[in-house]
Amino acid sequence: MSQTKADWLRSTYPKENDRLPSYTTISDMAVDPVYARDDLAAWTYDDNLSHPGQYPYTRGAYPSMYRGKLWTMRQFAGFGTAEDTNARFRFLLDHGQTGLSTAFDMPTLMGYDADHPRALGEVGREGVAASSIADMEALFSAIPLDQVTTSMTVNCTASIVLAMYFAVAERRGIPLTKLGGTIQNDMLKEFIAQKEWICPPQPSVRIVVDMMEFCAHEAPRWHPVSISGYHIREAGSTAAQELAFTLADGIGYVQAAIDRGVDVDTIARRLSFFFNIHNDFFEEIAKLRAARRMWAKIMRERFGAKDERSWMLRTHCQTAGCSLTAQQPINNVVRVAIQALAGVLGGTQSLHTNSMDETLALPNEQSVLVALRTQQIIAEETGVANIVDPLGGSYAIEALTDRLEREAFEYIQKIDELGGIIRAVELGYPQKEISEASYRYQQQFDRGERVMVGVNKYQVEDEPPMEILRIGADVERKQAQRVRERKQGREATVVKTALSAVKRAASDGANLMPPIIDAVKKDCTVGEIADVFRAVFGEYRDPAWV
Amino acid sequence: MAARPLRILVAKPGLDGHDRGAKVIARALRDAGFEVLYTGLHQTPEMIAEAAVQEDVDAIGLSILSGAHMTLFPAVISECVKRGIGDICIFGGGIVPPDDTAELLKQGVKRIFTPGATTQEIVDWLNQNVRPREA
Repeated sequence: MSQTKADWLRSTYPKENDRLPSYTTISDMAVDPVYARDDLAAWTYDDNLSHPGQYPYTRGAYPSMYRGKLWTMRQFAGFGTAEDTNARFRFLLDHGQTGLSTAFDMPTLMGYDADHPRALGEVGREGVAASSIADMEALFSAIPLDQVTTSMTVNCTASIVLAMYFAVAERRGIPLTKLGGTIQNDMLKEFIAQKEWICPPQPSVRIVVDMMEFCAHEAPRWHPVSISGYHIREAGSTAAQELAFTLADGIGYVQAAIDRGVDVDTIARRLSFFFNIHNDFFEEIAKLRAARRMWAKIMRERFGAKDERSWMLRTHCQTAGCSLTAQQPINNVVRVAIQALAGVLGGTQSLHTNSMDETLALPNEQSVLVALRTQQIIAEETGVANIVDPLGGSYAIEALTDRLEREAFEYIQKIDELGGIIRAVELGYPQKEISEASYRYQQQFDRGERVMVGVNKYQVEDEPPMEILRIGADVERKQAQRVRERKQGREATVVKTALSAVKRAASDGANLMPPIIDAVKKDCTVGEIADVFRAVFGEYRDPAWV
Repeated sequence: MAARPLRILVAKPGLDGHDRGAKVIARALRDAGFEVLYTGLHQTPEMIAEAAVQEDVDAIGLSILSGAHMTLFPAVISECVKRGIGDICIFGGGIVPPDDTAELLKQGVKRIFTPGATTQEIVDWLNQNVRPREA
């Protein structure tokens, strides 16, 4: 009979041979030399796992997972003008991607038109410029919106951009009930991590709930929010913090909807999630499994949701941008492949793989093609898509899953004690946790304790330059000109009336989506509608905590 | 007479909200003994130059990951010149490809740190290249 693990570690394991003084995940979680039956003494298949597609969904949201349907290959794309991005969308679809994902430029994301002084230098640089409905029409030109699902990464101007998308669909004779897709619209994580905001947390959450309610009734296939951990992780959090703060944000939105009198099952089934996939292979797989199990428990036990679709956490994932290096960028292909594999083994519904050149610029065609092919190779050549939750039952994976769940629930309890996530955000609690974690990581990197191949180990002196994507200087000039011309081509009273209706709904508390949809159909711009939010709700300023 | 610690302004110009690097550097510089002022996000070039004058800093560090660096670095330089502090040391980091770095150095930026630089490198460079500005 084998020794207990504790005895084996004490008497047989050759600790003196260990290469490093200690072994921890990138989140500073200590890992044992081996995991064994001792680690799962209180664990049962029925309580901790169940089968795939069964509460608590540890093994996967669906029974057949990728045997029935591969994850959606959905590459985040956007730059320059609507025409430039439309061409990239079609390039990616032609090469086999199965869903669209849209990156907008900073002015669009922050509520400024291309002709605004604050937009100077920023138009079309970090994503596509979209100031009004005409841009949305060009962006989705020749793309059948009733046949393809579209994700749009936009937050404080999500109501406006979604309204434009809906308006374009309606103009094409497509009912909103046929539209499938996602809009990120997760304002809580903006204050925590991504930092794109117009107004303070309370009115920002109000707008999110307006959109949740509107979509539940008018666009039931649409995901009105993508509760995100990706950015929280990119800001430097640990895996447990990413997990905890994301689910806490989800709890916040569900609670806000319930407080408004909305039935939980009405909105819960179309909540979607978005996680990071960082370098630590097993930790990331465990994190996704823990996320599903935690959310199922939260929805059924904390919120009393009855519909099993409310219990089911479904997620998009993106490989970690912050893990990529500017030095020897071809190595990033390897990092992304391994991260993508972790995402698949963790059971993601949808996946974006980063391009090798993203530490230097937005992806060029060659690099994004390699990133897409990475997913296709995993799907078609490795066999991992043919067994559901193949790592389930592994001592290490189950022990790590349990551990992450435990640590994440501790953070959620702390947030509850502070009065909930909105209060915690106002106090800066998650923001300060992330600052600490990111500073700790930097210190480890500086000391050489965290190796980044090519950066602090295995460096190369002179590297050949890479061909990178350049955004032409005329993009901004052209787009600003378009915006000015369109504004001049409208009837002033029509615009004024439409914006007044938005203002009234904002002040009165009526759902903002109908007047915003009407306003965008009348060619009101992102900036103009954002100005209404500024006027009614005030502008949030960065507290600038270090 | 003991040399006074260098005063560094760490700033986030433009609409870019990625502040992980800026905050880590601000804190590392403080730990290394510099006096650091962090502007927070969404600063215009005017606001940054104004803060540099008001706070009487010796150098300005700009962090830009939004691709707008070819507009924002020169704009900050220009606003500094307008306010009579055109000789102030401007350095920075973020997502800046090598060709753009070369061009910015020609325009007067003193150093751009790429992702992967250690905080010690930045501390050492500041100590070697920045002097307290005379009042």
